[in-house]
Amino acid sequence: MFEIIESLKVPWPWYVAGAVIGLIVPALLIIGNKTFGLSSNLRHICAACFPANIKFFKYNWKNELWNLFFVVGIMIGAFIATHYLSNSNAIIINENLKSTLINLGVTDFQHLMPAELFSFNSLSSIRGFILMVVGGFLVGFGTRYANGCTSGHAIMGLSNLQWPSLVATICFMLGGFIMTNFILPFILQFN
Amino acid sequence: MSNHTQPMNDLKLDETSACINHSEKKESVFSLLKYALIGMLFGIVFVKAEIISWFRIQEMFLLQSFHMYGVIGTAVTVGIISVAIIKKYNIKTIQGEKIIIVPKTFTKGQIYGSLLFGLGWAMTGTCPGPIFAQIGSGLMSGFFILASALFGTWTYGFFQEKLPH
Repeated sequence: MFEIIESLKVPWPWYVAGAVIGLIVPALLIIGNKTFGLSSNLRHICAACFPANIKFFKYNWKNELWNLFFVVGIMIGAFIATHYLSNSNAIIINENLKSTLINLGVTDFQHLMPAELFSFNSLSSIRGFILMVVGGFLVGFGTRYANGCTSGHAIMGLSNLQWPSLVATICFMLGGFIMTNFILPFILQFN
Repeated sequence: MSNHTQPMNDLKLDETSACINHSEKKESVFSLLKYALIGMLFGIVFVKAEIISWFRIQEMFLLQSFHMYGVIGTAVTVGIISVAIIKKYNIKTIQGEKIIIVPKTFTKGQIYGSLLFGLGWAMTGTCPGPIFAQIGSGLMSGFFILASALFGTWTYGFFQEKLPH
């Protein structure tokens, strides 16, 4: 039993994670005819909390309660994994990325997110504000405009062989490549 | 079932295939807990496979690591096989309903929106699922990213009819 728990504490390989995520697609369909897609929750929260008489938020969000239960589950699962299934080792990062980041003053490799960029204190730095607030805005605005995110398009849509989802997935990746390779090195200089 | 009664032209602009509830059956709070259980498993995988790590997302876009490609590739492969099996054998839900997956309709908004989301994905290292996992794992930044993402979604809703689709 002890060995099993210890072996769960090291980072899990991609094929285990990929298989579990892939199986969520049929699991949701079979237990309740639900299609996998998480960005809709941002819309449901807006509809529930700040509808502001906007047509886009006038629908019965209570029909979508299952998805909000799903994200509450994600939070609980993440809590359990962080507190009971993790070791305290620093995460292993590609050496090139590590040296690039150290040159830019990012030296916290102990956590999943570097504290120099993603923390309460970094919110008052230009780069921290841009990454968290502007980046977060683009995530919320872009996913709704695209009508889906990595789960709704890249996983659910591609699983159902939908070409609009393939277009969306290619554009997700393109946006990411442009940001990380050409824009982020510039943003990270504004400490 | 609001979306099934809407006129078709409304459905085009208000395309919500990613968030339509297809089941005709009302579910009790107790019954909804099964979604929370699946969510829990997902949350554990997000943390344990470091999918919620900003570093892993940077490595993906810098082509420095296979990890995220492996995760997404395996997930899509398993998903394609599962959906094909469900369709071929006409598998029903546990309540005995026919499984319905609404096809995605294409709009130009998917190109503009997806590019914008891609930029935000690389900046935050986060997409809408991992935001919640970050909050659960105790990362304060998750709250700021979630608040900003909600404001982004709200802003989209506000300008929806004026945006090109």
